This record gives sequence, structure tokens and C-alpha cells, in this order.
Amino acid sequence: MASPGPQSVEARPSAWGGLSYLLDTPAKRGTAIALILAVMVAAPLSGPYATVILTNALLYTILALGLNIVVGYAGLLDLGYAAFFAVGAYSVGILTTTFGWNFWATIPVAVVAAMIAGIVIGGPTLRLRSDYLAIVTLGFGEIVRIAARNLKITGSASGISGIEQPWLFGWHIKSSTDFYYVFLVLAVIGILVSVRLAGSRLGRAWLYVRHDEDAAEAMGINRVRVKLAAYVIGAIYGSIGGAFFAANLGAISPDSFSFKQSTLFLMAVILGGMGKIPGVILGAFVVVLAPEILRDFGSWRYLIFAVGLLLIMLYRPSGIWPAGSKR
Amino acid sequence: MALLDLKGVSLGFAGNRVLQDVNFAVERGAIVSLIGPNGAGKTSLFNCITGFYKPQRGSIVFDGAETLRMKPYQVTRSGIARTFQNVRLFRQMSVLENVMSGQHCRSSAGAVGAVLRLPSQRREEGRIAAIAGECLRFVGVDPDEWDRDATTLAYGHQRRVEIARALATQPKLLLLDEPAAGLTKGEKAELVTLIIRIRDERNVAVLLIEHDTGLVMTISERVSVLDHGVMIAEGTPKEIQANPRVIEAYLGSEDAEAALAL
Amino acid sequence: MTLTTILAQQLVNGLVLGSFYALVALGYTMVFGVVKLLNFAHGDLYMTGAFVGFLAFSLVAGTLGASWLGVALSILLSMIAVGFLGVIIERIAYAPMLKAPRLSILITALAVSLVLQNGILTLSNGQVLPFSPKLGFAGINLGDIFINYKQIALAGTAAVLMLGLELFVSRTQYGRAMRAVSVDKDMSELMGIDVNRVIAVTFFLGSALAAAAGTMAGAYYGSIWYFMGFLIGLKAFTAAVIGGIGSIPGAMLGGLVLGLLESFGTQIPGIGSEWKDVFSFSVLILVLVFKPTGLLGKSEQERM
Repeated sequence: MASPGPQSVEARPSAWGGLSYLLDTPAKRGTAIALILAVMVAAPLSGPYATVILTNALLYTILALGLNIVVGYAGLLDLGYAAFFAVGAYSVGILTTTFGWNFWATIPVAVVAAMIAGIVIGGPTLRLRSDYLAIVTLGFGEIVRIAARNLKITGSASGISGIEQPWLFGWHIKSSTDFYYVFLVLAVIGILVSVRLAGSRLGRAWLYVRHDEDAAEAMGINRVRVKLAAYVIGAIYGSIGGAFFAANLGAISPDSFSFKQSTLFLMAVILGGMGKIPGVILGAFVVVLAPEILRDFGSWRYLIFAVGLLLIMLYRPSGIWPAGSKR
Repeated sequence: MALLDLKGVSLGFAGNRVLQDVNFAVERGAIVSLIGPNGAGKTSLFNCITGFYKPQRGSIVFDGAETLRMKPYQVTRSGIARTFQNVRLFRQMSVLENVMSGQHCRSSAGAVGAVLRLPSQRREEGRIAAIAGECLRFVGVDPDEWDRDATTLAYGHQRRVEIARALATQPKLLLLDEPAAGLTKGEKAELVTLIIRIRDERNVAVLLIEHDTGLVMTISERVSVLDHGVMIAEGTPKEIQANPRVIEAYLGSEDAEAALAL
Repeated sequence: MTLTTILAQQLVNGLVLGSFYALVALGYTMVFGVVKLLNFAHGDLYMTGAFVGFLAFSLVAGTLGASWLGVALSILLSMIAVGFLGVIIERIAYAPMLKAPRLSILITALAVSLVLQNGILTLSNGQVLPFSPKLGFAGINLGDIFINYKQIALAGTAAVLMLGLELFVSRTQYGRAMRAVSVDKDMSELMGIDVNRVIAVTFFLGSALAAAAGTMAGAYYGSIWYFMGFLIGLKAFTAAVIGGIGSIPGAMLGGLVLGLLESFGTQIPGIGSEWKDVFSFSVLILVLVFKPTGLLGKSEQERM
């Protein structure tokens, strides 16, 4: 890690951004992580309301991490991310209720379905320029939602209910606390996977393609394949989030997979700081917690959010998370 | 057989004829220059060679394989690398990471390997970094610059990093697009040495587009001259300097200075 | 009803619908031409236009009566107000972002869209507001098909506006400047064209057209809702792409084509009104994948 300090210009600032001044040794970072984990593990003690909210925040963390790979790393503005969320949720919903499958057996199917969806949606559209890509992904998101709302097998407008809560080696995951811990584990896994990908050959390739597509291509990088990989991996995150979301709620309806939902995921990624993992986690928590805190403002909350997003884009496009070095 | 062989290449855009029936070759281990007045079509020719432009007619054979139909990344993988007229390093990435991009096409670890941190993936990462480092040392960029944001380096160093990046793809042919633009006299001399070393020590043929005629005449074994999309002369530097058609082409254009240098 | 009658009726419907799409698509395409940006908030300008028109109508209906004149004035007022709104948005949100990476400006446009949507959501409490001018249900009969006056007025107004725009673009100085800027912005600046002014005018016109469409839609369908711009925005984008993004005649053509496709498409067995939108989106995707330059657009060589 490059040393912090105003005169050194770090190329890729460490994921901790501005906080790397405070957390400059592995020991300090380790302590910070341990503290955060301890708090997260103890959280359910503060009561069922907090537990449910935090579970939702963890769900958004997982989805934001996935979308971060698509938008933050590969630079593809996906406005229909909820489609992958839907794929996971409905895979679980349909297989468990209509066909009586065990929840855990549906997970691999949800993942494969997501990969197929990613390839089907990504394949033709990745060659498009970014504006078109954004609108086309939006279109796909709507197609998925409308299909879910009209097909019998997805339960039409009323969706699917009665999704059984899963058993894991004798542990019946049914209370909100149970699900909280499941999502916590998923979120940690999601973070680890993202960190490893970011520092890998593929992670670098995403950045090369994002910063200068043609130069990347000139260096021998197959940009379509690289973008598709981002899309598919993002889809898998979305699908797994959706699968456990379905199990948690026990019932799903097409309203959960609308464009509004896609924008919430996107806001989580951008508010915190696109491309930076701690920023994305912060963004997810902000997107979930702020409406709760702003509850008194009623219908003003979303407007406040939207204005916040606009202000961030205009004045602090790197996100809320403190930025590392000056550019 | 020549390393790179273009035959009858013609390229047009929206009614403009950019290249007309160009025949052009580069031998293995040669240092060849492509010169011509501004707008002659030199960069377009580069773009045809690297696969970014698709000529309407002609053939391009590199190392025995027809590359006309290939996508740019495939052309690079087959052994042609390039630098750009305006330095195009990847922003917000370190010098080392920039050069490592060259090794992408020579490595294969994917998402699974990365997530699971397989031993093969870790070995490959080490190898990629090592080769990138070696290329940087070769062009003369010191390790203490490797972690810096590549776009914050001095201009001359940025150009070297770009060359290192191209070398990291382990090419057989290196295309340099105006590598001396913006360099001081001293830096140009260093560039000459570097290009010769690239050919001698790494066995890479070099094709340059360059406006600095002095540099061109010093370093090239053969020179080709492009004017308005047509190849008007080809030969040794001495032959080109004496060629009346070449002098006329330069005098007729705004490159009077270059004409005088001839 | 015979097949010809059904088809003829759908033809009428398609043309009326197409005029809507064309009006909104024009704004998209003009803005794209001068700043090379897909204004994501464009559909929401349509929606805002509807609300402003509604507001204007409530104010005006008392004095001028709740009929054609009232509606016409509302449309005019809405066009002016939202036209200026468009210019303000461009100055505040887009102008500073033109040098930023592509992704940033797209997200900014999304943010503007969300601000407009949520702003109107808050003001209207998310409710669907009834917009009912007394325009009656009279019409004319052409053989077996019935075309009501509202449809004629709508298509007619749209045609007039589009003609006006076409004249503006081809005959006036501003129009020529607009075309110059859309071909080469930097060169236009060097030639002494006040590019910022041209961009402002373009945004004004595009937003005004969208507002007109929005007000008319509100009056025609009888209701307005904060989310009504979403779908229309996508459809208008589809229309602009079909015709060739950046081309003004293309937007008009694309709008009509899309309107007709949708109307006839709903007659295909299996595609009821629920699947109509899926049909349109599929058309969008197919066009973008196979013929991204659309019917009248020029191919773009985005190269080094």
C-alpha cells in the first residue's frame, strides 16, 4: 500500500479512501473490521424493528455490491438491475411452491438462471454506446417486470406466496433474527468476493475497459467478453439476493421489481462512492436507513433523496465516502 | 517472407478516399518508418494494421495469417502492439497497472480463480507483475514511480510507460505513432537508443510514424512515404532524401520544414 | 366489424398515437443532436408539462371556459413555462457536466428525472388527478370508422407544431446554427456561433414540444399522474432511434412508425394491451441491435 500523505499521489487509493490516514497499519484496519463485525453480530439485541431494517440494509449491500461491479467497475449504466433480483426471487418462488423443491436446491438454479439472463440481456446490448445501454437495460427490466405480472406461472399480479422458510441442518431459519444472520453471512461473502475480484486480472480489465475502451482493446483485451463477465457476475449477486429475499418474505409480487427498485440500487452504489467497496456498503445503508430516519417527512423523503443524488453528481461525484487523494 | 505484408489496401469514409491501393511491407527485425505530410493517412494505415479500421479492399498478412477480418484485440494477440499519437494511458491507475494491461492477453485467470485464490492464479499474478516490471525497467522507468498515477508522470516518462505497456504484450511488431512528438532533444536521443535496443535485445520489429525527419533518417533501415493516401516512394533513407517526388509532396504541403530537413 | 374496418381504425389510432410519440421524440433527438446526450429527464418534462397545463387550465377555465380555447391556452402556457424549465435544467445540471465522463452525465440526467418525478409526486401526493376539459365526444364518420374531434385536434396540433419546428430549423438563423452545432460543435464555435445560446434554444424547443404533448395527453386521456412520463420517455426514445437519432425528420417518422406498430401490434393475437409495452421494448432492442442508425440516421464512426 502506498503511504498516505499530501505529497504522494496514490494511483489507486486504497479501498478505505480518506480513512486510510487513520487506518494506516494492518493492525488498525483489522481492529476496525473486527469492531464493525462485533457490532453487526450484536445488532439483533436492539430489538425486532432494528433487526428487520438492518436485514434490509444487508440485502441492499449485497445487491449494491453486485451492481457496483457492473456500474462501478465495468462502467455500464444498468438501469434494470431489478430484473436479476426478480430472476432469483421467482426461481425460488416457482420451484418451491409449484414444484415442491427444497430451498437450497433452488439456489444453483437461481444462479444459472441469472447467468443466462445476464448473457441474454448483455450479449446484444454490450456493444452499444453507454446511453443506449442504459435505456435498453431499463427496457429489459420492464420486460421482466411485465412478464412477471402477466404470466400465470409467476402468479400474475398477485405474485407468489407461501414460500417455505428453509431448514439448514436442523436449524429452521424463520425468525427475523435468523434471517438477519443469514444475510450477514451473505454480505460478508459478497464483500470478500468483490475484494478479490477487484484486485485480480479481471478486476483490472474492467477498469481498463471503463477508462479507455479503445486503448484496452489495443492492448489485446476482448472488451465484450470483459463487460459480459461483469454483467453475469452482477447478475449472480442480484439473483442470490433475490432468492434469499423471497425466502425471507415468504411471498413476492411484481411490485418489488420495478424501475423504482432499480434506481434505489443504483443510488446505493453512487451515493456512497461508485467503485469503492466501503462506499457502496455505506450507500446501501444510507438508502435503507434514511427513509426510516426521514419517516416524518412523509412523501418528501424520495424527493430529498433525488435532490441529494443530483447534488452529489454536481458537487461530489466521487460519493459521500471521504476521498483519498486529490486528483 | 515479410513479417507484415499489406497488398492493395484501400480505405474510404463517407466518400473520402483515405488510402488507395497501398502496398507495404515490414521485414522481421527491421526498423521501418512511415512518413508523409499531415493528413496523408499514416495513422489510418496504422488503424488498418491494428484492426480498428476495416479497409474495403486489399489484404493484410501478419506472420503468415490474414488479419483483415480480425478484431483489434485478436490482432494484438497475434503479435502487433502499438502506442498512440496522444498518449493514452489508463487514468486513475498506477504505472505498473497500466503496463500490466499488456499482459492481459497473455494470461488467463478468470473470476473463479480470482475468488478462490487458486495457486495457479497467484502464480500468474506474480508473473504478470514481474513481466510488467521488467518492461518498465527496460524503458528506463524506475520502481519508485511504479505506484504513481500514470497520468501524473512527466510527459517524457508517460511516453516511455506507453512503450513499456506495448512491450508487455510480447509483440513481434511494435507500432509507434509519433513517439518523438513533444520530446526534448535529449529525450529524442534516448528514444533512438531505446528503439534500437527494442529491436536488438527483444527481437521486435518496429514501425514508426514520425514527423521528425532527422530522427527518421538516423534510425530507419527503410522508409515509406505516404501522400494523400497513396504510397509514393519506398527505399533507404538516402534514396528517399534524393527522391524528387517526395520533396515535391512535402513542399506542396505545409510541412516545408520537413522538406528542408530532407 | 370487418377486418378492413378494424385495420382502418387502428390506422387512425396509430397516427394519433404516433403524433404524440413524434412530438416527444423530437425533443430527444434535437437535444441529442446538439449536446450528444440522451436527456433521460425528457419524459418527465412531458409529465411536468401535463401538470403545468393542468394548472394553467384550472386558472384559465374560469374565464375562458373549459373548452377548446381553454385547452389551447393551457398548452401554450405550458409550453412556455416548461420550455424555460428545460433551459434552467440544462444550465444547472448538464452544462457543468459536459466535460465529465459519460457515465456521470447519464447519472445526472437520471437524477434530474428523479427530482422532477418525486417533486411532482410530493406536490400531488402521488394521486392521479383528473383533467377533464369539456371537449365533448363529437366527431366525424368516415365510412365505418369514427374519428372524434379530439383526435383530429391532437394530430392537427402536433402537425402544426412539427411543421413550425421544421420551418424554424430550415429557414431561420438559429435553425441553421442548430444544425451546424449538431454536426460539429467545436467548428461551430470557431465560426462564431454562440453555442451556449443555441443549446439553450434547443432545450427550450424540445421541452416545449414535450410539454405540449403532455398537456394534450392529459386533456385527451383525462388524467395526469406523476409517473406518466416514464413510459412515454422510453417510447419516445424508441421512436427517435427507429427514425435515426439526431435526425429531426427521423423523429417524426419514427414516432409515426412506432404509433402504427403499436396500434397494429395490439391486434396480433396474443399481444393484448398488457403485452403492448413488451412489444414496443422488443422493437427498441431489435432496432438498436440490428440497425442502430435507424431509418434515416447517418452511421457514426466512433474511432480513434
